Amino acid sequence: MDTTFSPEDEDFRALVRDFVENNLPPEYARIVAEGGYLNKEQLLDWHAILRRQGWLAYNWPVEFGGTGWGPVKTHIFDEEMARADAPKVLAFNFKMLAPVLMKFGSQEQCDYYLPRMIDGTDWWCQGYSEPGAGSDLASIRTTAVRDGDDYIVNGQKTWTTLGQYANMIFCLVRTSNEGKPQAGISFLLIDLATPGIEMRPIRTIDGGYEINEVFFTNVRVPASNLVGAENEGWTYAKYLLTYERTGIAMVGASKKKLTRLKDLFAEKSRSLSVHEKALLAARIARVEIDLANMDTTNMRVLASVAGGGAPGAESSMLKILGSEIHQELDSLIRRVVGRDAQALRSGEQAPAGATNAAGVYFNNRKLSIYGGSNEIQKNIISKMILGL
Amino acid sequence: MDFTHTEERQMVVDTLARYIQNEYNLSDRNDAAASPQGFSDVHWNNLAELGMFGVFFTEEQGGFGGSAFDVAAVFQELGRGLVVEPLLDCVLRSGHVLAAAGDFERLAKVITGASRYVVAQAHTTGDRVTAKQSEAGWILNGTAPMVKFAAGADTIVLSAQSGADAAQASFFLIDPTANGVAITHHDTFDGGSASDIHFADLAISSDALLGSAHHADTIVRTAENWACLAICAEALGIMEAIKETTLDYLRTRTQFGTVIGRFQALQHRMAQVLLEIEQARSAVINAAAAVNKSETDCDKALSAAKYSIGRIGTLVAEEAIQLHGGIGMTWEYEMGHFAKRLVMIDHEMGNADHHLARYMQFDLV
Repeated sequence: MDTTFSPEDEDFRALVRDFVENNLPPEYARIVAEGGYLNKEQLLDWHAILRRQGWLAYNWPVEFGGTGWGPVKTHIFDEEMARADAPKVLAFNFKMLAPVLMKFGSQEQCDYYLPRMIDGTDWWCQGYSEPGAGSDLASIRTTAVRDGDDYIVNGQKTWTTLGQYANMIFCLVRTSNEGKPQAGISFLLIDLATPGIEMRPIRTIDGGYEINEVFFTNVRVPASNLVGAENEGWTYAKYLLTYERTGIAMVGASKKKLTRLKDLFAEKSRSLSVHEKALLAARIARVEIDLANMDTTNMRVLASVAGGGAPGAESSMLKILGSEIHQELDSLIRRVVGRDAQALRSGEQAPAGATNAAGVYFNNRKLSIYGGSNEIQKNIISKMILGL
Repeated sequence: MDFTHTEERQMVVDTLARYIQNEYNLSDRNDAAASPQGFSDVHWNNLAELGMFGVFFTEEQGGFGGSAFDVAAVFQELGRGLVVEPLLDCVLRSGHVLAAAGDFERLAKVITGASRYVVAQAHTTGDRVTAKQSEAGWILNGTAPMVKFAAGADTIVLSAQSGADAAQASFFLIDPTANGVAITHHDTFDGGSASDIHFADLAISSDALLGSAHHADTIVRTAENWACLAICAEALGIMEAIKETTLDYLRTRTQFGTVIGRFQALQHRMAQVLLEIEQARSAVINAAAAVNKSETDCDKALSAAKYSIGRIGTLVAEEAIQLHGGIGMTWEYEMGHFAKRLVMIDHEMGNADHHLARYMQFDLV
């Protein structure tokens, strides 16, 4: 039993910390600290900075141009990036599609698409959810009908995050109505420049523009863009979702947020009555303890998958814990900011560190909804861990 | 980073688990727990012979373990078996008080199971015992309340205020049968016993002083940390046992023509219980890892753990009873006895609120 990082890991942490200190543009850190998002140009610039260091595809194996780090180093990297308010790399490229291609894609697909993810040629987005298929993802109705060397795609995808920046989309499409709904799904790669595709923005509750809906009308897609076998897409989709959930504990980001919360609390609590202060302090202490516990829960899961392979249903556990803790932190920051949180984000004039507290709080309600809602995660836990 | 036990520690845990599995049944346990002493001498002696008492102490102290993870692993297993024998009170805590006071002769007898000492801390609580120096030694007056398992101890290790204020306290070794000592025993809700020990002009000789005078806080600190870690680990073991029983019930109890574990409302409650227990497990690991760190780190991690197991333990007990329905309310069904101990653990050594408040004091208020 040893809960500490090895000296080698600690050296690695120092290396990452040093790199970020010297290479992260302060402007990007400021945007992230305020709960904002980089635009396309800025994120691609940050990607390029990481690429020059060889750390862009940091969760990939060496043979595909990655670092070959194990789960522990990957975790340390995530923690240090979050600590410095560094932007996250585009998950759709590096953490979602890439692992699926490596495991289920053809050699040609890997050779073609993986380098384009790294060099910035392709920005991928995700075509999973549909208006009628949210938690019940297997009920998707977007169809792909084989026509010679092509598929003809018709239907609609939604909640397509950062689709406005993307040139490519990976989609779950229905290729068969035989058998169980899961049995007729295929995994298809689609160029967004293909005629018949229309993307429309969806404005979110906080006023932001992050998600889209995508319409497909007789879109002709080469059959060579199919990943793996026809009608086997559900397996790949599940694999991707498991991968998506690694790092979903958001330990690093939550630690950073806790520091921000405690700083704000120290600053604001002077104007609170002793009882108000005690009530808030108790809530902060609770979430701090929950986070310290989850940090270790997360490390236990990492240690158990350190031999390689995707984590199993444990990632559902971490998804629930991670999102609830992060949401509680956002909620507490909103409370600590107090009256000032009413003001719409107003740039330079907003109180330092407190910008957009309400916006971030509302935006992050998504955490318990996306990637399989927390209720879906509990279904998975019931089935896979509890055997109910 | 390694979350597995060493081979030696795993062997100890397996030995204990086997003993509990083969020799320790709940109805005998409940009979012993309801007896005046509150536990069984037979099991006590057997556990001592299995070497379980030596696990809590280092080789220098006369044991063969003594790491925080040794202590946690054994108490987790004791919790799984709902073992009522007071290894916490009469071995771990009193043994570490003796060790801190440098009394290895007496500690050796604790480790073999030949002597049972119980610690009564009566210098910080509202009800205090005062010790006034006399020509022959000390005169003691006051009450030590709710001392767990004093009924089974041959010697009371009492901390009493020996100077002008509570900060000046000393430990004394007291014969519970001495004139001037009056003991009121209580059965406790979760089985076992606790006693109010009254001292009325008890005269004791200077030999009765344990360690140096006025240093009780230093002497007891380590022992209290061990005890806190141990009770958290015990709670974790109880939670595991309750979880398994409840899962079995969900898989077998039929209503509306199907096993009730098929109902999503119950599945989601059980999934939450699982999450929370894993968080409690992490809290215990964090506490064990912090025992040898700085005083602040150690106190924070122990309070975080005791808060966590207090909150989560109560939740697990309540959810388990609810998921069982009526059967969970009966004396006959085993799970309820685990639930009682789990909730009562939050009444020992400071409850969840107490420890949250202590945690807050480090850097929040």
